[in-house]
Amino acid sequence: MNELMTGFGGLMVPRFDVEEVLIAPWTRYADATVWMVLMAVLLGVPCALLGNYLMLRRMALAGDAISHSVLPGLVISYLIFRDLGTLPMMGGAMVAGLVTTVLIEFITGRSRLKTDAAMGITYTTLFALGMFLVNRYAGRVHLDADCVLFGELEYVPLAEPSGLRVGRLGAVPMPVVIAGGMAVGTVGLLMVFSRWLLVTSFDGGFARSVGIRAGAVHYGLMALLSVVVVTALESVGLLVAALLVLPGATAQFFARRMGRLHGLAVVFAVTASVAGIHLGAWLNCPSAAAIALAGGAQFAVAWGVSVWLRGRAVEGVAG
Amino acid sequence: MSVWRWFGWVVGLVGVMMLSGCGVVSGERAVDFVMLRDGHVRAALPGVVLLGLNCGLLGTLLIARRLTMLGDTLSHAVLPGIAAGFLWTMTKHPAALLCGALVTGVLSSLVTGWILGTTRLKADAAQSVVLTVFFAAGIVMIKLLPDGTKAGLDRFLYGQAAALDAGETMLLAVAAALSVVVIWWGYRGFLVLSFDPGYGRAAGLPVKGFHLLQMFLTTLAVVVSMQAVGVILVAGLLVIPGATAWLFSARLHRVLVLAALLGMAAAVMGTFLSFAGDGMAMGPTLVLCAGVMFGGAFLLSPRYGMARRMVSVLRHGRRVRREDGLKGVYRVLEDRGFSGAGFRLEESGLSERMVRSLERRGMVRFVSGGGWELTERGFGEAARVVRNHRLWELYLTRRAGFAEDHVHDAAEEMEHLLAEENIAHLMGVLGHPDRDPHGRRIPRAGDTIETSAARHE
Repeated sequence: MNELMTGFGGLMVPRFDVEEVLIAPWTRYADATVWMVLMAVLLGVPCALLGNYLMLRRMALAGDAISHSVLPGLVISYLIFRDLGTLPMMGGAMVAGLVTTVLIEFITGRSRLKTDAAMGITYTTLFALGMFLVNRYAGRVHLDADCVLFGELEYVPLAEPSGLRVGRLGAVPMPVVIAGGMAVGTVGLLMVFSRWLLVTSFDGGFARSVGIRAGAVHYGLMALLSVVVVTALESVGLLVAALLVLPGATAQFFARRMGRLHGLAVVFAVTASVAGIHLGAWLNCPSAAAIALAGGAQFAVAWGVSVWLRGRAVEGVAG
Repeated sequence: MSVWRWFGWVVGLVGVMMLSGCGVVSGERAVDFVMLRDGHVRAALPGVVLLGLNCGLLGTLLIARRLTMLGDTLSHAVLPGIAAGFLWTMTKHPAALLCGALVTGVLSSLVTGWILGTTRLKADAAQSVVLTVFFAAGIVMIKLLPDGTKAGLDRFLYGQAAALDAGETMLLAVAAALSVVVIWWGYRGFLVLSFDPGYGRAAGLPVKGFHLLQMFLTTLAVVVSMQAVGVILVAGLLVIPGATAWLFSARLHRVLVLAALLGMAAAVMGTFLSFAGDGMAMGPTLVLCAGVMFGGAFLLSPRYGMARRMVSVLRHGRRVRREDGLKGVYRVLEDRGFSGAGFRLEESGLSERMVRSLERRGMVRFVSGGGWELTERGFGEAARVVRNHRLWELYLTRRAGFAEDHVHDAAEEMEHLLAEENIAHLMGVLGHPDRDPHGRRIPRAGDTIETSAARHE
């Protein structure tokens, strides 16, 4: 026990050593770290942009809800296709994401319940269904529930290599290629449809009057969210909600216009990714969680500064 | 007493589900369950039923305040508390873990409140921020634990109702009893908090205190329930029974009672199914049972169900078509100066089916020698609809400033909706008019074909 305690204390409060703390995390497994950072940024940037729109629509929790409710989609897709490849998993998750969205809309449209209750009912029931299926067909489904829940960013460099090669670093891991494709697609779609998204977020009546179908935009956004969530699932698990919300929530302390908000959110997403991977390598803990913590720390600092500045402003007025 | 009727329904529901469960498994297992012969069932059932009761009550209050996703936040936010409790004592003693969970749970709802109070973030974003950061902290702490100690923590993540011991069941009982007593004692406070907190503050009620009380009870419920069903699925048990109950009534006290009953029913059914089908984990089964209940209520609730809604939409549509048909016949008779009640199908525009439907209702009758005629009742009904239509047209042109040629479509809809007291009011407002904007006579109540003919010029 004693031994355990000291070992443990050593872990919790590491000795401060510049080499160990600042440099080793980046040099020890340099090649692997590059891929992890790239992966985190490729996931973090589209998530940050998407999260801004979700928060505008007061649907920040949709990311968390969908990240739970894709589970049955993954299991059923596996049971049908017997394949854990990208395509069936993406397809299953997208269908599950859309089913979630349709169910939430259906329940709110046809009963007295509000969006929050409908969301709660839908995602918990679907998650339970997923766990039930995993449970029932445990022998035949090689889905690691822990992996779905927590994600393993550390496995990215170890994943199967793709055909793509980059100079000294060698073959690009497959997940990075997939995430890159997702990031380009998501950012592209968001840029193309940014006006539609903005108009439908702020003024549904006006959107209808200029011929934008708010319903279609909503479902499109949710479909995109499902794709992003499932791409991120293997690497960051349920913490995809952190990637979605934290950068935008931090950025809104400094920005009021959409362009600036997006720009700052991207910056915060990148800094959180780098800081998080550093933290993860240093403390030897899961990088996904460390990225979320780094994002949370950024938010806390920005929050504290804003409260302090407001206090000073009030003092200035009073004095 | 409606509560007892509900009780009957819920018990019946459980019975039906269990009977259908018996189709899947052998009857012997079912008997084992009912007679409580199995040790696992005896261990799990009381705790799970109390959990259902507690979550049902608290979920109802959350839904009333649109705070449902708070259950989600809490269920993630207890994770670092569990890990911290373990780090503090280096044992898996439940008391330490529960205390840790309670602390971080309460802390998470406080932080959410602070964020809402001091930033421009909306409730959903604030909850997301808190949820993800707490959850991430929990994961980091769990991964930092020495190897081999994580296994015990899985129980909190996924739950294991069959392993509930007496102490844990006792804890669930205490939490449930606390909720019942507090909600009973502070019913009015929770009512005001749920529906009009502004009034409560103005009236000097300690609204904030009730809010904190609600947060505390909810956190406690999540914390004591997680060993049975796992942290993630507690959120489901918080929402679903309450949401189902809100589909049956709009009165808080009734919804509370019903939600508690439904929560317990889901617990019994879930325990039974997970016992009957070997190897089915309790948590998911419970939530799935609750989900099925919600689905049933959503479709079939006598007051707010979808079936009910669809039937009334269908009925309204049929009534509208019948009334439009009668109106068409009235216009035909009017064009002839009400010289008789007879008409031919072609000129009236009625379909064969429609005229049969009207005949069944005694509105028209077949005349020997070909053709149909309106009965007295049918004429009265037709005159009523035409009166509504023309009166509304007149009201729109005279009072609402509509142009004469823009009022017809609006009146087409209103004619089916105006009740007699609206008509009396309109009549008064418009000074008992005789002609509509297009110069046609407005029928009166009690008009018959003879009086109409006499007044027609």
